[in-house]
Amino acid sequence: MSTTVTPPPKKVNRLGLEVLNYKGSRTTLCAGCGHNSISERIVECFYELGVEPFNVAKFSGIGCSSKSPAYFLGLSHGFNGVHGRMPAIATGAMLANRTLLGLGVTGDGDTASIGIGQFMHLVRRNLPLIYVIENNGVYGLTKGQFSATADLGSTLKTGIPNDLPPFDCCALALKWGATFVARSFSGDKKQLQAILKTAIAHNGLSVIDVISPCVTFNDHQGSTKSYGYMKDHEAVLHELDFVPFFDDISVDIPEGEAMDVQMHDGSHLRIRKLARDFDPTDRLAALGALEDAEAKGEVLTGVLFVNTHKPTFTELLNLHDAPLATLPESKVRPAPTVLDEVMEELR
Amino acid sequence: MSTIEVSPAEPLSGRTAHEVVNDFSIQVATVNGSGSQTANTVLMRAIFQMGIPVSGKNMFPSNIAGLPTWFTIRASKHGYIGRRKEIDFLVAMNPETAREDVMKLDSGAAVVYDEPLKLSELRSDLHFYPVPFDKLVGPVCPEAKLRKLVRNMIYDGVVAQILSIDMAEVRKALVKQFGKKKAKAADLNWGAAQAGFDYATKTFTKSDPYRVERMNETAGKIIIDGNSACALGAMFAGVTVVTWYPITPSSSLVESLIGYMRRFRIDPETGKATFAIVQAEDELASIGMALGAGWAGARSMTATAGPGISLMSEFVGLGYYAEIPAVIYDVERVGPSTGLPTRTQQGDLLTTAILSHGDTRHPMFFPCSPEECFSMSIEAFNFAERFQTPVFVMTDLDLGMNNWMADPFQYPTEPIRRGKVLTAEDLTALGGFARYKDIDGDGVGYRTLPGTRHEKAAYFTRGSGHNDKAQYTEREDDYIHNMDRLAHKFEAMRAHVPEPVVRHAPHARIGFVAVGTSDYAVRESCDQLKNEYDIDASYLRLKAYPFTEHLKDFIRRYDRVYVVDQNRDAQLLGLMRLEFDVDLLAKLRSVRYYGGLPLDARTVTDDIVRQEGK
Repeated sequence: MSTTVTPPPKKVNRLGLEVLNYKGSRTTLCAGCGHNSISERIVECFYELGVEPFNVAKFSGIGCSSKSPAYFLGLSHGFNGVHGRMPAIATGAMLANRTLLGLGVTGDGDTASIGIGQFMHLVRRNLPLIYVIENNGVYGLTKGQFSATADLGSTLKTGIPNDLPPFDCCALALKWGATFVARSFSGDKKQLQAILKTAIAHNGLSVIDVISPCVTFNDHQGSTKSYGYMKDHEAVLHELDFVPFFDDISVDIPEGEAMDVQMHDGSHLRIRKLARDFDPTDRLAALGALEDAEAKGEVLTGVLFVNTHKPTFTELLNLHDAPLATLPESKVRPAPTVLDEVMEELR
Repeated sequence: MSTIEVSPAEPLSGRTAHEVVNDFSIQVATVNGSGSQTANTVLMRAIFQMGIPVSGKNMFPSNIAGLPTWFTIRASKHGYIGRRKEIDFLVAMNPETAREDVMKLDSGAAVVYDEPLKLSELRSDLHFYPVPFDKLVGPVCPEAKLRKLVRNMIYDGVVAQILSIDMAEVRKALVKQFGKKKAKAADLNWGAAQAGFDYATKTFTKSDPYRVERMNETAGKIIIDGNSACALGAMFAGVTVVTWYPITPSSSLVESLIGYMRRFRIDPETGKATFAIVQAEDELASIGMALGAGWAGARSMTATAGPGISLMSEFVGLGYYAEIPAVIYDVERVGPSTGLPTRTQQGDLLTTAILSHGDTRHPMFFPCSPEECFSMSIEAFNFAERFQTPVFVMTDLDLGMNNWMADPFQYPTEPIRRGKVLTAEDLTALGGFARYKDIDGDGVGYRTLPGTRHEKAAYFTRGSGHNDKAQYTEREDDYIHNMDRLAHKFEAMRAHVPEPVVRHAPHARIGFVAVGTSDYAVRESCDQLKNEYDIDASYLRLKAYPFTEHLKDFIRRYDRVYVVDQNRDAQLLGLMRLEFDVDLLAKLRSVRYYGGLPLDARTVTDDIVRQEGK
């Protein structure tokens, strides 16, 4: 007796796309690299939120982290630029087409050393862009030198200690006026998902510093960016729940138990407090919490700050709603009468 | 303390005074920050309005206020508007330089000077006109703090009187300069000019030979600086993303563009900007933004000078390998750091041609006039998108920052051409594309823009390691294939760059090759060589790099060809060395000037005469 096996219906998102449509080419990073987990989270989040892949532009600089945009969102344009200068490329591209959803992936060498200046100015401009720092405290592609986010006293694989204090990219971003700042851990799937989804919904720059261990050069005893260290020292600020705009919010939360932040696109970020009181709309409190955590030897993770009101760079520039890139000649070449007028003034 | 050697010269008396009409240069020596720019522009404009071909060149220090500055106005009935080395008429307002300025003059020159400087004691072979500026400025400018600025306008009146410049034209130029909104300032300055004129009428008996006389050679013409002309060109080219970092002498290019774009490129229907102009944090960022914008489909540009070009080097290489259109203006000036950043040079030719690491070649356009700044800007944007590569528009401080007489610009006749960009409909029809595949035989692939609503639209952009399909590769055959295609693309550009301007002189045995602002000196030098030495010289002015066959043909035709360079190391000649055979190179000679001032004809002529053994 023969039976016809009907394949189960393919799982699709609200656009009718499968998760496969959000994947990229096979990773060439080391097995167990934290960056691969982050790539997986990006795939899940863009799939689950039903983001149009061809409306996304991916940007990166140079380093292991910057290779990763090839490993997700294969239906999106990507630009692997030069070391530390992804912000410039992203800025140009986003000005050319403000309707794109920009996703930048960078590392701690890319951001905190060669690119610290561009990072600062990107934050200052509040360019609408998701800026993920895959932070492992070490230069992987050049075989294991310290980066500027390596903690004081942490060691190289060879045992050499770091005698300079680290830059805390989240604290710096807060200081410079960032509108969305979060820290996460590549091993914390749920938290990272909620943060990435919030960043997708945020209208402005999202700085996401993700501790992402380098299994080859910085996952040893003396490291403070290892899986083991994070297991022992991660201090989770709160429980995060992201409710996309296309989902009904049916369950009311009792007053005082959670905070609700409405994002630009109508999505909601639900923040349930854990051990401590923390208000992620209070910038100074966020800076203080980071200082406290550092003093206690903790790595604070969660949404540190969100401000949904500050105008973005494209808004400040009063850019045309249609992409500048494709404005027709009639919009970008003034009429002959304009040239006549200018010539007359110069006579 | 520096001393000035006074050379004995023949006193003026006993010399026959002859008239020199519409053929002399005036130099105004002032302290920068003293507001002399207005007085100088008015003087230049008044002569221009009298129909006499004129040019104005500002030699200024890298300083806000207090250091010496010289403004040279040349009136030339023959239409020579390059710098003239000899100064015929000096206005000495700067105590610091006055004595040296006077000592440098040729015998017979005239000097208007601030009376307390007592310059007439220095020489007896010049025509001196002392003016008590401080005494004259008081009555016309009751407000003491404005006197420093208004004082300069007095010399306009004095000079107008001595040179027979029509005061009605001075008045007209003043009104033009100040505009309707600043009528009060114009009146104040007009009072000062009149006071100068009246004083000169009352006091002086003209003894120098120089004067102007109305002509009809400037009717319909405009006065504009090259930077503003480039800005207008960019606006009419349809530029949409402009990124920059302030640097002399390119800053005024973008500042002028900001002014024009705000006036003429706000969409009247929506009130929104059809452009983005971003002052970046440095040149590393400004070129990165321009390339990011070009990649995403904008017409993008940045403007800089030599130091910025150096900083942009890595990104420009990526632009070459990733094949991204952008227009980069390089307003050339003298070398790094402090010293002569406010002086002109054509010193970036060699580095720009091969800017970056690995094998790179970049097209360069060389406008020589405001008209070409305008028209070649428009060409450059089309060219950048046609060939999907960074294009350099090379001007210099002389062209960019000085005011030039020019013909009114012609509205572009060609439509904006965006190059090989595939739409979603194209992709559906084609079933896909390979980003770097040479379909048409010109080395230029088809690209798609981010945001194209098609599942086959996306590709991944990166540096040196990619195959035809833009996939990552480190294979030697893929790399070689790609590099050969890029070389082929550069070859293909030769048929599309602006062609040189060639002037063959009958009987000539020698020729000149030059670019940009060297043009004025070379053209005048050709006349000097003919008139004074009976040497015929032909001339080819390059408008672009890569070179075209015209250049080789030109060199073949003449016994010796003088390549004119405004730099020490003969960079334009160096570019020819990179690709020409020995038989052509054997014919090349070099004429170089690198003192930081605009090249003058006499320097060229003297060098040719020396090299030709005349």
